Amino acid sequence: MAQLKLTVNGVIYEADIDPRLLLVHYLRDTLGLTGTNVGCDTSQCGACTVLVDGLAVKSCTMLALQASGSKITTIEGLKQDGVYHPLQQAFWDNHGLQCGYCTSGMIMTAVDFLKHNPHPTEAEIRHAIEGNICRCTGYHNIVKAIKAAATQMADNRPLQRPQGQV
Amino acid sequence: MATQIIGSTVKRREDPRLITGAGKYTDNIVLPRMTFMAILRSPHAHARIKKIDASRAQKHPGVLAVYTGEDLKKGGVNPIPVGFVLPDMKTAQHHPLAIDEVHYVGDGMAAVVATDRYTAKDALDLIDVEYETLPVVVDGEKATHAGAPQLHPEAPDNVAYYWKVGAGDADKALTEADGVIKQRIINQRLIPTAMEPRVAIADYQPATGDLTLYTTTQNPHLIRLLMALVLGQPEHKLRVVSQDVGGGFGSKIYLYADEVIACFAAKQLARPVKWTEERTENYKATIHGRDHITDAEVGYKKDGTITALKVKTWANQGAYLSNFAPLIPTFFYGPMLQGVYQISNFFVEVWGTYTNTTPVDAYRGAGRPEAAYLIERAVDWVAFELKMDPAEVRRKNMIPPFTSAPYQTSMVYAYDSGNYPATLEKALKNAGYADLRKKQAELRKQGKYMGIGISTYVEITGAAPAQVAASIGAGVALVESALVRVHPTGKVVVYTGSHAHGQGHETTFAQIVADQLGLSVDDVEIVHGDTERTPWGAGTYGSRSQPVGGAAVYVATQRVIEKGKKFATHMLEAAEADVVFEGGKYFVKGTPSKAITFQEVALEAYTAKKVPADVESGLEAISFFNPSNFTFPNGAHIAVVMVDPDTGKVDLTRYICVDDVGKVINPMIVEGQIHGGIVQGLAQALWEGAVYDDDGQLLSGSMMDYALPIASNLPSFETSRTETPSPVNPLGAKGAGEAGTIGSTPAVANAVMDALKPFGVRHIDMPLTSEKVWRAMQKK
Ligand code: FES
Ligand code: FES
Repeated sequence: MAQLKLTVNGVIYEADIDPRLLLVHYLRDTLGLTGTNVGCDTSQCGACTVLVDGLAVKSCTMLALQASGSKITTIEGLKQDGVYHPLQQAFWDNHGLQCGYCTSGMIMTAVDFLKHNPHPTEAEIRHAIEGNICRCTGYHNIVKAIKAAATQMADNRPLQRPQGQV
Repeated sequence: MATQIIGSTVKRREDPRLITGAGKYTDNIVLPRMTFMAILRSPHAHARIKKIDASRAQKHPGVLAVYTGEDLKKGGVNPIPVGFVLPDMKTAQHHPLAIDEVHYVGDGMAAVVATDRYTAKDALDLIDVEYETLPVVVDGEKATHAGAPQLHPEAPDNVAYYWKVGAGDADKALTEADGVIKQRIINQRLIPTAMEPRVAIADYQPATGDLTLYTTTQNPHLIRLLMALVLGQPEHKLRVVSQDVGGGFGSKIYLYADEVIACFAAKQLARPVKWTEERTENYKATIHGRDHITDAEVGYKKDGTITALKVKTWANQGAYLSNFAPLIPTFFYGPMLQGVYQISNFFVEVWGTYTNTTPVDAYRGAGRPEAAYLIERAVDWVAFELKMDPAEVRRKNMIPPFTSAPYQTSMVYAYDSGNYPATLEKALKNAGYADLRKKQAELRKQGKYMGIGISTYVEITGAAPAQVAASIGAGVALVESALVRVHPTGKVVVYTGSHAHGQGHETTFAQIVADQLGLSVDDVEIVHGDTERTPWGAGTYGSRSQPVGGAAVYVATQRVIEKGKKFATHMLEAAEADVVFEGGKYFVKGTPSKAITFQEVALEAYTAKKVPADVESGLEAISFFNPSNFTFPNGAHIAVVMVDPDTGKVDLTRYICVDDVGKVINPMIVEGQIHGGIVQGLAQALWEGAVYDDDGQLLSGSMMDYALPIASNLPSFETSRTETPSPVNPLGAKGAGEAGTIGSTPAVANAVMDALKPFGVRHIDMPLTSEKVWRAMQKK
């Protein structure tokens, strides 16, 4: 067993864990944060994406121990003061999800992406979500949603900054 | 009622939970004392199990039990049945865990139950198995050849069934044709890849005998019925719950072995048992789709008229027949080869064959994509041979508009309604077809290869008229139910037998009710996915949820309105015949100013202040809707591609489609269904394909090796619609879930072949990878 200490959605956790425990299983099984999904076992699908110190990371590809000392934001930590993050709102407004299984990962990837590229083109958005697979939407409305969120965030930046962002 | 909620875009009510990570997917469920199951799967495609020894695994700390096929058999577990039976079908025994012999890589052999998921997996490595490997066949046609390895003694030559359908005289028409095209054409095997792998949690209460199965299914009631048969668990002591499901596309229709084993183990151990599929496991253990090898002969006249189609198809069904597998390459394929055309001579033969591969069943489109791909390629072959424009060949053969009476096709079905020429012309116009052709000609002069592909598809959905379904082999009535329950305050809960796994029924079904009752969508709750709460229903697949499930919601709501009239009659002190219901209010014809609201009537239904004793209290109604015919969505899709002559790489640059899915409840949701469908279909044309080697190893066995479509390889889509209401259900809906997939595969394939026309290439098989395309371009 090994000592883990990290912050998830603003809460500090300490635990003695099996060193081989994946971060995604720690989040889902130990903390009960089941908004982060598992869609593959080869790091392809991105359903498990969370923010580790502000960067989008596939949490199935990281041991929980490797995240020791980090600040993690999951989809559950995105809504602030009862207000949806602009990306959550935009996914809803633009029908950017169907079954919703890829959605948490898509949104977390997009949070990181828009931080680095606040005014993306369609091609840049499509490139940014290459590591997130959606089988339902054909990506059309996901791209539209990210574009809409970018516009909204550019207009209204300071208010909508999600937690965990540097 | 003129509130017009039906037909308008309403934002989805399921989204708030899904965008905040609060979805109720099966794997999120945690039960007290829950255990974890892992399955040992065969690494060989065909082998005799000489010995299986689980003693080391059993002794591993944390392991509660290990089960083999023999254990299940001794425990009274039956083989998994087939729910669609053709005449003379040879059904191989499909035990949930293999006994004596394994028949494909992934065939389950033993199950470990342990205190946590990591331990369960560790223990799989401690099971010792001795195999005697046997010869393997993976090809659906070669399996029937003399000397091929035999899978099941019940099925000589590996033929599960032979089936045929025809019309007119295909041989005579081929002899009399001006030209005949003979072409072998492959519709490759696909892996559905719903983003959520399958999960099953079984929870047994020994004191009461109640068994609950939480599972990722598209049709909880079918699973309960099949599970009751396999497990011998009384149906009233079995509850199946399936809440949020992360995509299905057909792959979550069937009763799977893993669910049976979890239930068996939960009963044995009297502890909840959870099994979560891994993706690599999913690629082997969950059904695949398509996999046809076809020899086609097309007869045509000089003017482009198609006179005959003769087809031999070997449909690879995998190692066992999955629940509905025999329906797909037969009734959902053969008759649909007519497409949108007036062709009168057909002969279609199908061999459903066993091979050492994962079982094949319905995958998005199921049979119709195979049919549409064949006939739409055939039309382009004729255009190629006659040097005609493919749009012109389509016009020449197309069934004229029929909007008031059904169109009797040459084989089996009568199309419900359609205006195929209007759909084609609209798509050509939206695409700017004439300009595209001009541009193509200019680009060719510069050595650039643009391709324009058209497909004009029709498909069959809305299963099914129960008596027709029963007559062709269905094991259950494919009707759909809805119970509409009005509470005293006028709030409504709808219990539906349909199931949503991305389709948004919580929104669209509420729209139907709100529209009829003059309520807000927020006053209507939709309950699905729990056999204990919802009436029996056949579930969601084959784009049936609006034309059958939505229709049930509509009919039940109408019945509520009628029942409400009984209360209103007394409240208004009028004659029942004079009372009308409009805009959410009951009133006496001609005096809308003295109306009473639906809410007032609902309250009266539970308080009985004004009604006499002979008016029964309560306000709810149920419908088991049985449509009078299938529905036949159709459309015209146009793809534009650029092919790089140096690398063979295909870039999809534009995609234009016009779909007629009948009346639409929520345009935003229908568009979303079309987008997703298009991508699944075009991915078959360009990238996806399940590949087995000769030993039966699945080479495309993980997401790393199977080419799924990603955002950066795709454009945005130019969608639009035409609308011919279906006369077979009161909503006029035809179903929209599979249309995109069926239309897009041939559109994109035709576009690539169109680009290759200067190279004299008539046909290459999908997926149209750079290498294949480049090689084809070198032949000139
Ligand atoms: S689950 Fe992490 S990338 Fe697929
Ligand atoms: S919404 Fe279903 S996988 Fe993306």
